[in-house]
Amino acid sequence: MDKVLFGDNQFFAVNHLSDEKSRAQAIQFKDDAAIIRVLDQAREIGINTFMCTTHDRIASVCDYMRANPEKYKDFKIFPCMPYAHKYANAITDLGILGAVKQYIPGNIFSTFTKGGVAFLRKDFIGLMELFIDAEMKMFKGVETPVIFIQNVLVDMILGLKMYEVFKEYDSYIRKKYNAEPGYITMNLPALLDTLNSIGIENPVICSSINKIGFRMSGGKDIYEKYLTERTFRPIAMQVLAAGALRPKEAIEYLGKFPKIESVLFGASSKSHIEETKKLIEQYM
Amino acid sequence: MIRAGIIGLGKMGISHAAIVSPHPSVELVAVCDTSTIVLDAFKKFSKVNVYNDYIKMIDSENLDFVVVSTPTKLHYKMVRYALEKGIHTFCEKPFSLTTLEGEDLVKLADEKNLINQVGYHNHFIGTFRELKRLLKAGVLGDLVHFTGEAYGPVVIKEKGGTWRSDPVEGGGCLFDYSSHVINLIQQIIGLPVKASGSQLKRIYSKEVEDAVYSILTLETGLTGILSVNWSDETYRKMSTSLTILGKKGKIICDATEIKIYLKEADTKENLGKGWTIKYITDFEIPVNFYLRGEEYSAQIDNFVDCIIKKKQTEINSFREALYTDKVIELIIADSKS
Repeated sequence: MDKVLFGDNQFFAVNHLSDEKSRAQAIQFKDDAAIIRVLDQAREIGINTFMCTTHDRIASVCDYMRANPEKYKDFKIFPCMPYAHKYANAITDLGILGAVKQYIPGNIFSTFTKGGVAFLRKDFIGLMELFIDAEMKMFKGVETPVIFIQNVLVDMILGLKMYEVFKEYDSYIRKKYNAEPGYITMNLPALLDTLNSIGIENPVICSSINKIGFRMSGGKDIYEKYLTERTFRPIAMQVLAAGALRPKEAIEYLGKFPKIESVLFGASSKSHIEETKKLIEQYM
Repeated sequence: MIRAGIIGLGKMGISHAAIVSPHPSVELVAVCDTSTIVLDAFKKFSKVNVYNDYIKMIDSENLDFVVVSTPTKLHYKMVRYALEKGIHTFCEKPFSLTTLEGEDLVKLADEKNLINQVGYHNHFIGTFRELKRLLKAGVLGDLVHFTGEAYGPVVIKEKGGTWRSDPVEGGGCLFDYSSHVINLIQQIIGLPVKASGSQLKRIYSKEVEDAVYSILTLETGLTGILSVNWSDETYRKMSTSLTILGKKGKIICDATEIKIYLKEADTKENLGKGWTIKYITDFEIPVNFYLRGEEYSAQIDNFVDCIIKKKQTEINSFREALYTDKVIELIIADSKS
């Protein structure tokens, strides 16, 4: 994995600190061209991995990448699925089965040959695989060496102790996409223990890691212990603690943990991207 | 270990199950819902016992507490049954469809001395807590006016269908979004005793209101505006805020930041003249397990802690939630007059 991963929150008006800033971002990135412009700025200064949610608008970004293969020949995407709002809204609107019908391509009743819905009710893993395929469709022809499940889902499965789902996800991503499965979480220690307990070793885990312990459930101390002692491939996110930390002190802190393989961050302007990238290269 | 059960596995119920289960002092032993697909998933992947009948679950599982996260019209009979059986109860908001039902439940919980809490989770967000503290400390001086707002994209096109679109089931914006704002106003600023100029507006829904506008008078005589709209897609998700104007300044508070304007510096609070902006990172309530926001875990932590210490909750008791239901009734009555 590259040391610097470029994130997408700023494109979709996700700001954990200020609703006002998030509105400003919604205005700045109203057009897909504005997203591509910032991605290109990141690419020009040597950032070659874009880690993004499976938002509808990313599909347009992928279209553009496929249309300009030369320009993006070294460019990789780390998809993070699912885009939870999409499904939450569909379930509220259409119910669980309605949502399945809407998002699984083709006719669900023919996809499941053995008796349609009745079969679907028992074959959750088959259903999960269909959803993964539906989400991955937009990345066809784009290099996706690591594929993540979003924290809402990871932490829900973790909380519900439905660990077998992780196992199935892990093996399906490896088998079908020849990619490394990744996990985003707000509960790093608990997740790592769980993955190890079901035989998943050295997993790629993306979690909040910052000097003030923001969104580091269980506390900073246990995170630091895991970052020092345990075997896994950490990606640090929320490193600026939603803006509470200055970039220099934030990245300097990460430098204390050589195990951290990558830093995920998003920014809307070239100067901010450049500044953060330089700091990462300097301290890590 | 404290034995827990969840009744109702919708969005909130599943989320509660995922938060209750990893709690170090709790064992989630059973869940209950009427959806076969959801129950099948729990059967297949988890170790909890599943039920499609809450009475059976309560009768067979020897539970210490239940979480009731079903549509509002079902709260009364389910909460009542749990309380009768001596089970501590956490109920989703809004508490009851009618205050008669709510009063009965408050009385029963008191008689049985059971821990009772309602899911008004905003009180577990650090910024709103800080706002309450600052108001109590009197930083704004005499209060002049307030505005309580919530906007978000729940119903953004014409549709019908789920229980959220049925007024008899407590499905509208008044019971859903507005109850959060009313509850914040009543606990942070003061108890509303009168509603005037109330409007329940339909925008896209056929049967229920999508927006609520009302002028609330508090028992102190202070008046302010309630403005809530769940059909506003300019917001990515629900966004709740309180703005309070006093003789000494103004505070605008939401889940992520608190903006304070003071005409003169307040040395006791270390707040300068003019604007001071503080962020959630300063007030975050630490939790051991995080899902969708620390407030959801923090409220369960509080509930469990009260059970362990055998003391009533100071935040979000049935009684407080019942008061919110009373204000809802004031607004409904006023909107019809």
